[in-house]
Amino acid sequence: MSGQIPLAIEATGLVKSFGETRAVDGVDLSVPSGSVYGVLGPNGAGKTTTVRMLATLLRPDAGSARILGHDVVREADDVRGLVSLTGQMASVDEDLTGRENLILLGRLLGLKRAGAKARATELLEAFGIAEAGGRLVKHYSGGMRRRLDIAASIVVTPRLMFLDEPTTGLDPRSRNQVWDIIRALQEEGTTILLCTQYLDEADQLAEGIAVIDHGKVIAEGTPAQLKASVGSGSLHVRLLDPDQRPEAERVLARTLDSVHLEADPAGLSAACADADRAAEAVAELSRAGIRVAGFSLGQPSLDEVFLALTGHPAEEEPAEEALAAGDGRAA
Amino acid sequence: MSATPLTRNATARAAEEALLRKALASTPRPPRASALSAALTFGWRGMLKVKHVPEQLLDVTITPVMFVLMFTYLFGGAIAGSTGEYLDYILPGILVMSVLFTTVYSGVALNTDLTKGVVDRFRSLPTWRPAPLVGALLGDSVRYLVAGTVIIVLGVALGFRPDEGVPGVLAALALTIVFAFALSWVFTTLGLLMRSPNAVMNAGFMGIFPLTFLSNVFVDPATLPSVLEAFVNVNPISFLADASRGLMQGGVEGTDIAVVLGTAAVLTAVFAPLTTHLYRTRS
Repeated sequence: MSGQIPLAIEATGLVKSFGETRAVDGVDLSVPSGSVYGVLGPNGAGKTTTVRMLATLLRPDAGSARILGHDVVREADDVRGLVSLTGQMASVDEDLTGRENLILLGRLLGLKRAGAKARATELLEAFGIAEAGGRLVKHYSGGMRRRLDIAASIVVTPRLMFLDEPTTGLDPRSRNQVWDIIRALQEEGTTILLCTQYLDEADQLAEGIAVIDHGKVIAEGTPAQLKASVGSGSLHVRLLDPDQRPEAERVLARTLDSVHLEADPAGLSAACADADRAAEAVAELSRAGIRVAGFSLGQPSLDEVFLALTGHPAEEEPAEEALAAGDGRAA
Repeated sequence: MSATPLTRNATARAAEEALLRKALASTPRPPRASALSAALTFGWRGMLKVKHVPEQLLDVTITPVMFVLMFTYLFGGAIAGSTGEYLDYILPGILVMSVLFTTVYSGVALNTDLTKGVVDRFRSLPTWRPAPLVGALLGDSVRYLVAGTVIIVLGVALGFRPDEGVPGVLAALALTIVFAFALSWVFTTLGLLMRSPNAVMNAGFMGIFPLTFLSNVFVDPATLPSVLEAFVNVNPISFLADASRGLMQGGVEGTDIAVVLGTAAVLTAVFAPLTTHLYRTRS
């Protein structure tokens, strides 16, 4: 790279195997400073393992990576001074209170006692968990816990932040709060690498996205480019009577492309970008006497992106994920 | 997508937003925490856990009390002829045993930590690499101190009157804690190698139990079969028990203290770097 914009992450050919499984199989990444960059993929695709190598927690078997110009193996300690981790891989201490966690990290990062306490108070208030500050973290709700995780990562502002599935399992309100925090962080100049399973999330937040599957980057681009590659949206229809599905499939195929049957026995979807054409297609269903329980016009799901990019659905691979997470932490 | 599904007072929201922005604004990075400060901070973490779950001090208080009472009154008469005399003989030894038993929990605690995500955060911090381990052991030293104090207070209540008085008792306690600190590195290594906290506990006690009983803590080795006697006489725990008795009752031998400190130095030199290496490279 000739490098007009300095790169926050520059990884080439990263490889990591656990036993027989190649969890990461030659990943290249270039993430410009100051951006939110999404790494999109299903469970077990190798997202977490990649991040663990970039954050110096795992040594790559092959390949190299530089964080803001520092090699993750040879200059690991410099890298640690620039990054912070949040998510399933680096959480907080459940047996301490939220406030104690933040003070602990502040002290470990070099703040003086009074400074660490003041910073803890400031963060608890800013993240709306001031009242819960004195409670043990194991009693926190999912949303509070996630906000504390993020607060713990910015006790001292990092230059680069790894966010691993920050909203998985959160209700919509908590998810929106986390998204607001991510946007605010980026506006304050922190580069963010966001691992997610949700195209929607990457679309909302990221300027660039790498799609990862079986340990390889299979596509890269802006959210718009990725969505264009799958057709820009799809119509989902749910029938009242599953027996009418074959007929509904024929009717939809007359107006729309790539109609496919969903796992739900009463559900179908078809590629469709345009609301008028979707309305037309639904009207035709009704004219054909097919009763529709509901329909929606949405962005392509991660599943559809995968189908388009790889020709196979984004299957969950719990075994591989368990292996990566297990080796990744403790058995 | 609206920012929040709930309608809220606009000024309240603006105030929250301002708080968030202020908290997120980049602040200059402070100079790195010193090795000592990082280790002490981890020690403080250990203390906080005791504060939140004081029950975990039970194993360092109840168990030693049980041992003192059981051995003094159950075996005292049979072994030494009188419980009073036996108390004088075993109390320094029970002190050693109770504190050493406690060291197994250092490995168990470390293994428990590893099953949680927080260790990855510690490992991703730019701190002195052994700090989490040294800090945890410093915190554990407080537990050793508690166990030791309980034994001595109980002993005195039962009639134990050490000839060397308070200074002798403190010296014996200090020597025992130094040795325990070194020995606990063995169990933290074990804690990083075994798969579950329970496995660490079992393996740990399988080692420490025979090692403690095959020493001169409970009986005079001269009464033992010769093979056993030979082992007891080279067991470092025998030297520690002898030193502890000598410091409390008078007539301590320099060689005992030298062997104890030498063994402690070797254990630390081998197992502290090993533990640190395993902690750092554990993927």
